[in-house]
Amino acid sequence: MKFGIVTFPGSNCDYDAFQAVTDILGEEATYLWHKDHDLQGSEVIILPGGFSYGDYLRAGAIARFSPIMQEVAAHAKAGGPVLGICNGFQIACEAGLLPGALMRNLHLQFVSAEVRIRVENSDTMFTNLYDRGEILRMPVAHGDGRYVAPAGVLEELEAEGRIVFRYADANGSISADANPNGSERNIAGIISEGGNVLGMMPHPERACSALLGSSDGVRLLESILARVAA
Amino acid sequence: MSDVRPRPGDPVITPALIAEHGLTKQEYERLVGMLGRTPTFTELGIISALWSEHCSYKHSRPILKTLPTTAPYVLQGPGENAGVISIGDGLAVAFKIESHNHPSAVEPYQGAATGVGGILRDVFTMGARPIAMLNSLRFGSLDDPRVRYLFSGVVRGIGDYGNCVGIPTVAGEIVFDPAYANNPLVNAMCVGLLHEEDLIRAKAEGVGNPIMAVGARTGRDGIHGASFASEDLSEASDAKRPRIQVGDPFTEKLLLEASLELIKSGHIVAIQDMGAAGLTSSSAEMAERGDVGVTIDVTKVPTRESGMSPYEILLSESQERMLVVAKKGREDAVRGILAKWDLTAAVIGEVIAEPVYRVTEGDRVVAEFPGSRLVTDCPSYSPDARESSAIADLRAADPFAIPERPEERDPAWTLEQLLSAPTIASKAWAYRQYDSTVRTNTVIGPGGDAAVLRVRGTNKAIAVKTDCNGRYVYLDPRVGGRIAVAEAARNVACTGARPMAITNCLNFGNPTRPEVFYQLKEAVAGMGEACRALGTPVTGGNVSLYNESPSGAVYPTPVIGMVGLIDDLSHITRATFQRDGDAILLLGELGGELGGSEYLATIHGKVLGAPPRCDVEREKALIDALLEAIRAGVVSSAHDCSDGGLAVALSECCIANPEGVSGAEIDLSSHSALQDRAILFGESQGRIVVSSPAPERVIEIAAKAGVPCARIGRVLRESDTLAIKLPKRSMRSPLARLRRAYHETIPGIMARTPEHATFDELAPVAAH
Repeated sequence: MKFGIVTFPGSNCDYDAFQAVTDILGEEATYLWHKDHDLQGSEVIILPGGFSYGDYLRAGAIARFSPIMQEVAAHAKAGGPVLGICNGFQIACEAGLLPGALMRNLHLQFVSAEVRIRVENSDTMFTNLYDRGEILRMPVAHGDGRYVAPAGVLEELEAEGRIVFRYADANGSISADANPNGSERNIAGIISEGGNVLGMMPHPERACSALLGSSDGVRLLESILARVAA
Repeated sequence: MSDVRPRPGDPVITPALIAEHGLTKQEYERLVGMLGRTPTFTELGIISALWSEHCSYKHSRPILKTLPTTAPYVLQGPGENAGVISIGDGLAVAFKIESHNHPSAVEPYQGAATGVGGILRDVFTMGARPIAMLNSLRFGSLDDPRVRYLFSGVVRGIGDYGNCVGIPTVAGEIVFDPAYANNPLVNAMCVGLLHEEDLIRAKAEGVGNPIMAVGARTGRDGIHGASFASEDLSEASDAKRPRIQVGDPFTEKLLLEASLELIKSGHIVAIQDMGAAGLTSSSAEMAERGDVGVTIDVTKVPTRESGMSPYEILLSESQERMLVVAKKGREDAVRGILAKWDLTAAVIGEVIAEPVYRVTEGDRVVAEFPGSRLVTDCPSYSPDARESSAIADLRAADPFAIPERPEERDPAWTLEQLLSAPTIASKAWAYRQYDSTVRTNTVIGPGGDAAVLRVRGTNKAIAVKTDCNGRYVYLDPRVGGRIAVAEAARNVACTGARPMAITNCLNFGNPTRPEVFYQLKEAVAGMGEACRALGTPVTGGNVSLYNESPSGAVYPTPVIGMVGLIDDLSHITRATFQRDGDAILLLGELGGELGGSEYLATIHGKVLGAPPRCDVEREKALIDALLEAIRAGVVSSAHDCSDGGLAVALSECCIANPEGVSGAEIDLSSHSALQDRAILFGESQGRIVVSSPAPERVIEIAAKAGVPCARIGRVLRESDTLAIKLPKRSMRSPLARLRRAYHETIPGIMARTPEHATFDELAPVAAH
């Protein structure tokens, strides 16, 4: 399966995503240049982390206007899988592929740490190899990771099982202490109405090797394979 | 030679103007002699920058020459943008450390951010992709609100820049001591990885080749930054804020990608950062390395605003700019690569055969110097060196004459005090603001003895660390210089790495004062001794002098940046206890010294006594023994004893990793010849706490290497206590208390100042 990884000016996790797909998953990956209009036959699109356009206006606010994003939006509309990680989550929200927005962390500081997230919905194309309620360890590294949305949207996300990951402690409880950025309802990742666009602040591509601390992210990538292949 | 005349409107060269440019009378006469005439204003500006301490090393060059710089694996020693060592498999590591002290003292956020940016460029201009950042920071006491402002500003500056460019910040050190109150030290180190065949040097070559300015446009910021960095800080320093550069990490990221692509393309022969003294020093240094002449037309330099004079264009330190020597005929190809990254490249000059450094403004020659050795044809000084008798007296004082405080009857009290001393306490408050995992190579990140990064495509890893205890260097610069190198070597060895080479950043006071120059000379001599014994040559570095404020000089602080190599990923070793029931061993001698310790400073408010002895041959044997034990697979953890001594080292083994806390039982009661406090908190060198499932094997390996090694206790995973038996008493410290002291101190202090206090809310330097 071919993964297309978008390189915006300022993307800096595109390489990590590429390595995770090719090295760990053993699948094909290609970089998609932000100025192009060609997805090069990619079946899965990854919007990687980083600081597209320096995050100078608002994280993701300029990247959504990149030429390649028209194709990414069309791909998503047609039900194609899109995984937005960190800055990619912010871009997906700005582009309207996901509801809500990512705001400055509540404590106003950048946070780089390993966090735990609880799998809230294991019946998605990105999480089908996890168990519901399972606790995963993954790094976060962001300054703008506080997920917010209008109350109605949050209720809708809850009701439709679209909150896929929440920050949790080691015992799986959803506490304020476990929340690294002040996200509403400890939201770490959400999925689109169609179930094909996942946005998340933690970095699954950085959690693909026990040597580096965690390999909990591998099954997320494998889930996509399992579902799309099925 | 050309006819060089003042530009209309140039100020007249007066003694006052010369003094303002930091030139002595003798230096000015040398300049006049070199030119055979009165310099123009532009020429005065150029020389002011090139002959500043920051660019010319005029006080340190002869001393630096005494350092060892070679080993079979050193591909590039001092004199380039960064040093380079081979690590086998056709791969090499480029690394360099640099200071940004003065800018950070005045504008901490931008000062630190641009320090990161500059050192990144020094590494990627060697053809290396940066893989890790480190930083070595010194501040005054955190009780001072302005120090908290400086600390939080510097940390945010480092984080925002490195995080945006996407290079993990993985290690470093942060020390708090009143000696740095008005003159913080901000040293940034960058480590990059390259294929040996991609190594490129900043050497202008090929008469007729075009010189191109690449990257950001030139503006009126940072003019005379290099000279600013070469004078004492004073009440007037705040007014020199316009000399401080402003960073743009987004442009840096684009420039990084474009530069690496440019180097790979083969279209260029040399590339260098326009760093300190901007266009002037980068062009002069490239010409000098290639022994060629250059001519530059300032009207061709892309500027941010119109009306900039040649003086301003030449001395601007606008960030994220590169100077490139392209191959003739490839100009458009170079422009094409830059355009892909939305950056510009402009031909601004040419390599010429005539041995001259010439600057024109259109047709008018505004500066011209004969020869191609503009940078090293500078004055060189060996001022008087004499130890301060006050410091000699401090060293001679007997620390054991200081009586214990009543609270010290319970050593657990003392231990908690030390663990909550900001220099010792966990620095997670700072490094949680640094992305340490991007690029997915970080095996051991901040908080370990050294950081460890795997090298993709191999079974190897590299370990990196910065170290220096300025207090030791202050009390005895020779010994302190040795210890700085030895400690850095021990730290990388504790992760399983063979120490390979160092870069260094010499942060000292005003060298024209004999007591400061003595410290510089002696400290470098001590570093050299340790480098020779440990087989770790110096591949480059940076000198930052004039670290003085109205309250005096900083501690002499020669920061060592060490790179080590781990041959097998399975040898990677962590600092904290890993396995229940492991024996705890002390490699090295217990010691029993107290001089220069954190204990004396924190508990008694005293900086005195001789710093711990440092026998570099024994350090070498210790490291060899440790590495042999690690390779034999009998070491579960290894942690260096440094600030706070053995008790602090043991505590850190128990609680430094909040995810994996262990208790321990230690018995040191047989050492009745030593004072309890010296056993616990003395900082004797050459000691490593090791935990092992096979202690006999470790002892055997140590004995063979002639290194003392004693079994002192065991790891108790389920215990909630660190218990230590001493000759005269015993202590039991609940881990919860140690954890609180270690992990909660700095966050607690930093919560006292609002995160975004404005500059005006805090007193400037002058008020202190």
